[in-house]
Amino acid sequence: MDKSTVTKLISDDGIRCDGRKVDEIRPIKFQLGVLKNTDGSAYVEWGRTKILVGVMGPRESHPKHLALADRARIDAFYRMASFSVEEWKSPAPSRREVELSKVIREALQPAVFVEYFPRTSIDIFIEVLQADGSTRCASISAASLALVDAGIPMRDLVSSIAVGKVEGKLVLDVQDKEDKAGESDMPMAYMPTKNAVTLLQMDGQITYEEFQQSMEMLKKGCLEVYKKQREAIESHFKVVEPASEEA
Amino acid sequence: MSERIVPLVRKKQIIELSDSGKRTDGRSLTDYRKITIQTGVIEKADGSSIAMIGDTRVAAGVKFEIGDPFPDIPNEGVMQVGAEFVPFASPDFEPGKPDEVAVELARVVDRGLRESKMIDTSKLCIVPGKKVWIVHVDVYILDHCGNLIDTAALAALTALLTSTMPEACLEGDEVKLTGKRLPMPICDLPVNVTLAKIGDKMFVDPSFEEEEVLDCRISVAFKENGMLCAMQKGESGYLTVEEVLRAVEIAKDKSQELRKKVTEAINVAK
Repeated sequence: MDKSTVTKLISDDGIRCDGRKVDEIRPIKFQLGVLKNTDGSAYVEWGRTKILVGVMGPRESHPKHLALADRARIDAFYRMASFSVEEWKSPAPSRREVELSKVIREALQPAVFVEYFPRTSIDIFIEVLQADGSTRCASISAASLALVDAGIPMRDLVSSIAVGKVEGKLVLDVQDKEDKAGESDMPMAYMPTKNAVTLLQMDGQITYEEFQQSMEMLKKGCLEVYKKQREAIESHFKVVEPASEEA
Repeated sequence: MSERIVPLVRKKQIIELSDSGKRTDGRSLTDYRKITIQTGVIEKADGSSIAMIGDTRVAAGVKFEIGDPFPDIPNEGVMQVGAEFVPFASPDFEPGKPDEVAVELARVVDRGLRESKMIDTSKLCIVPGKKVWIVHVDVYILDHCGNLIDTAALAALTALLTSTMPEACLEGDEVKLTGKRLPMPICDLPVNVTLAKIGDKMFVDPSFEEEEVLDCRISVAFKENGMLCAMQKGESGYLTVEEVLRAVEIAKDKSQELRKKVTEAINVAK
């Protein structure tokens, strides 16, 4: 690509192409219980990224021989709609979608008390309706809300965000434009109260010092996502006042 | 459940040993197994290598093919990594198309090589915007005794480093091969280091039995200048932030040792 035709992604006073500061996340809106035929579901709008997640289970494993005697098996299916990106995408799962399904499942599994549901399956279906960067982070964060909506006991919510390097600066929550033109992308999923990193990937080039800084930014970013997830849960479930003891 | 009992008993043993810094095969927690690399093993490939870490054995072959460029990078060649799990490499491997484990392995190896920019892909252009070289790097898992990612990355890297590329020229509208061979446009030497977390310890280069009981693994690729160029956490456990930082520090240190092995193997080939 001819570098001179690329417009600057960060201004001299540290403002990004969509008006955000380097450590500012996009507007994120989570919603629980949006589908009628699942055991649990969630929808997220993360900037222009839009994702629906449905959870089925715990239910009988199909085929049965895949069932695990001592715990539930979790499967995740990350798929992008053919119209979710600039050019038409074949609906058949790409190698990227196969890999992302695997790492998303592995990011959520440590949060779920799988040992409570032996011999069952928990299927997590993720449909990316519009992709504008950080779809795996949005998927994981929304999927953990769908699991909550399904009433599946969990150790903590899994919150996820990415740090990228754009024009030499580390920025939080990369959108598509920054990801494509940027020098690196590093998504992390995290259970804040457990200090547990459940997904960590990186591509692009960063120094060891930048890696250390990124980890700090990711921790802070995940906490912000965590707050929004909790707000969504609180607004979805009615808080029942405890019955007064003096009758 | 029965199939998990033996590994779980073994896990206790592995963790107890690791408290005194030892492992079941006598290594320290930061030791690699013996590494051997043999290049130029397949004459019909444009580059090839068989890498072994301990008894794990992976063959990599490079093949050049004339193809169409991607529309967004019309003047650059393309490198792509594929992985095949040969059924005799493990009783767990089944014939058929690559499953998610094979896809993940191929993509992790691919990212380590690609993101380091080890190949100057602009030199792989034949007719700008029309014809470029597609470099197929295929890794074949021949024997699985643990740490497939690092072994496959070593095989792929050394196959590329010892490759030569065909020379093509334009005759009228047709692309013809001159029969001459050109050196590969190599710019870096990225290596990948994998650690397994078992209990609260990090194990460099996990063996098969360590992999059976690991909580999770983390793989980090480093460029020659020490920059990180790819990273992947795998499997269903988790790491604390402090464990991530420590793992990357250990990996950075070990990457130099691996690179030395690669350089030695390449010099032998020359």
